Amino acid sequence: MKRLVSRKSYRWLALAISSGLFLFIFMLSIALGQTPIQLHTVFDAIFNYDETITEHIIITTSRLSRAIIAAVIGASLAVAGALMQALTKNPLGAPDILGVNAGALFFIVVSATLFSVSSLVHYMWIAFLGAAISGGLVYLLGSLGRDGMSPIKIVLAGAAITALFVSFTQGLLVTDEQGLQSVLFWLAGSVAGRSVDMLLPVLPFILGAGTIALLMGGSINILMSGEDVAKSLGQKTVLIKALMGLIIIILAGSSVAVAGSIGFVGLIVPHMVRGLVGSDYRWIIPFSALLGASLLLLADIVARFVIMPQEMPIGVMTALLGTPFFIYIARRGLAKND
Amino acid sequence: MTKFISIRNKSGSLSYRLNRKTSLTFLILFLFSILLFLVCLSVGSSFIHPFAVINHLLGNGTGEYDFVINTLRLPRVLLGFMIGAALGVSGLILQGIIRNPLASPDIIGITGGASVGAIIFIVSFMGTVSVQWLPLAALLGAGIVATFTYVMSWKDGVTPIRLVLIGIGVAAAMKALTTMMIVLSDTYSTSTAYLWLTGSLYAAKWQDVYSMLPWIILFIPLALLFSRIVNVKQLGDDVATALGVRVQLYRMILLFISVALAGSAVAYAGGIGFVGLIAPHISRMIADRSFSSLVPITSLVGGIIVVLSDLVARTAFLPLDIPAGVFTSGIGAPFFIYLLYRNRNM
Repeated sequence: MKRLVSRKSYRWLALAISSGLFLFIFMLSIALGQTPIQLHTVFDAIFNYDETITEHIIITTSRLSRAIIAAVIGASLAVAGALMQALTKNPLGAPDILGVNAGALFFIVVSATLFSVSSLVHYMWIAFLGAAISGGLVYLLGSLGRDGMSPIKIVLAGAAITALFVSFTQGLLVTDEQGLQSVLFWLAGSVAGRSVDMLLPVLPFILGAGTIALLMGGSINILMSGEDVAKSLGQKTVLIKALMGLIIIILAGSSVAVAGSIGFVGLIVPHMVRGLVGSDYRWIIPFSALLGASLLLLADIVARFVIMPQEMPIGVMTALLGTPFFIYIARRGLAKND
Repeated sequence: MTKFISIRNKSGSLSYRLNRKTSLTFLILFLFSILLFLVCLSVGSSFIHPFAVINHLLGNGTGEYDFVINTLRLPRVLLGFMIGAALGVSGLILQGIIRNPLASPDIIGITGGASVGAIIFIVSFMGTVSVQWLPLAALLGAGIVATFTYVMSWKDGVTPIRLVLIGIGVAAAMKALTTMMIVLSDTYSTSTAYLWLTGSLYAAKWQDVYSMLPWIILFIPLALLFSRIVNVKQLGDDVATALGVRVQLYRMILLFISVALAGSAVAYAGGIGFVGLIAPHISRMIADRSFSSLVPITSLVGGIIVVLSDLVARTAFLPLDIPAGVFTSGIGAPFFIYLLYRNRNM
């Protein structure tokens, strides 16, 4: 009994530390860049804004919105990844690996080049549609067959669907040079140069989906103990799974609509979190959100500095950080499912 | 009335089993290829009558088609055919050694590596170094990436599944790298690089044909030479080991052949996708499943796919010349999904 209590307090402590870390990185992300800004100026700009000071203007017009977007997208992707790993019982589950991002991206590219859609609200719905179609296809293809879903099958299905949508996207863009320039942003994934206004229409969806995900932690725990067990405990497993799928689509789709395809955050973060707090999804989800936000903020800071004065697209940054991790998990083997 | 004809030397160290039905299939495909060649040479923005083409090829022409046929169309058709053959056999070998029908050079990152090599070349050296070296850069990229994937999959030997998974991860990283190069480069390099990435035979020259040829002549017979081993390997690593095949060694050699073929193909025409995946499957449907008959059949099928796609791509939307890669992907990707469906009990 004593151990249980101490583990619980350890988790609260870890949560406090992670929150502190997140806030610190958030401040750093505002302070660092081509014009370095003192931390106390950052506080001033937020709490007593003075429009005669240049730094304050930089902070409110670009840095702050960039940091907020990075944090929200990082959190969404990480939670989507955690849910996907649970839903597909696959340690390599993540929206980018299982083709959801590529699908959303393709639909956005189609609407931007062929139908000249340019409003973010429309992009969001289109991205939802694309994410739902590709995610559904991958899930279906991955679970076909006698022995049901296996990790290797679903990863291959994801690779296939990604290849499909990527080649369609390429085909479209080759014939449309102007279109290529206007959608390169999404292809690479970026949180720069967007105002917070662009996040606003998406935010209610992300918050709603995130809240439901938080509340579902207990149900996911039961589901993870096995489908049969969950059913015999009276859980409506189909409903829970459908709900998880819906949350994944909303979180991944809105991330792509706002920031393009940013890979590997959804893969890495849930694994780090499991190392930290174990396999209890009531804890995995909030921690994933916090650490996902921190990781993307950190990647964004690094992306500003590696090739000064240019900026590295953040999606490239996360992919390069994430690949070694992917290889590590693949080497450890997919059969072991923690 | 034997079904097979065996050709072997006295000691039996080299042998080749010829299947009668497969020989017939081969003959039909071969004739079809020649027919396709003729069509490709005569159709285009200016139509040349097939008989005139034949006359010209036999040397009886008046020389009025020298430019269109000799300089423009012939190298393009030949290069396309060789590239298709190389990609097809490369995919066939991969599917054999990984024992997974879904493996292909694009899925496990070989094409991706070649693309990174080529894009680095296009973005940083184009203009200062002759474009002749572009294939070398692509081959180098493919080689490095394949070696890396192989080394990373090594853990008391390489298992096929680990190779595929790590290949998928590496392919994602390569995609990120190409995206980075494209985003960071100026507009002109961006569209050049993008066109190259999609795979096009647009500017095929005799030069390319001559430098691609050695790869084909060297590596496709090599694949044929190792076909006995692939046949055994397909029974599974354990069985193969028990039958005396040095599984890891041959896996490495075969992978090398596959990379050389895919790398050289990507080097000359960019990422023509999915040929390495579908050509072996079509071949398995029309020929018997022994690897030694599949190698020649797949070469022909792969060649036909690329030439046919290129024909459609350059004539269907005249005067636009669309990259052949768009068409191969358009056919290939749905086919891939069909394969996933068919192999659902795998």
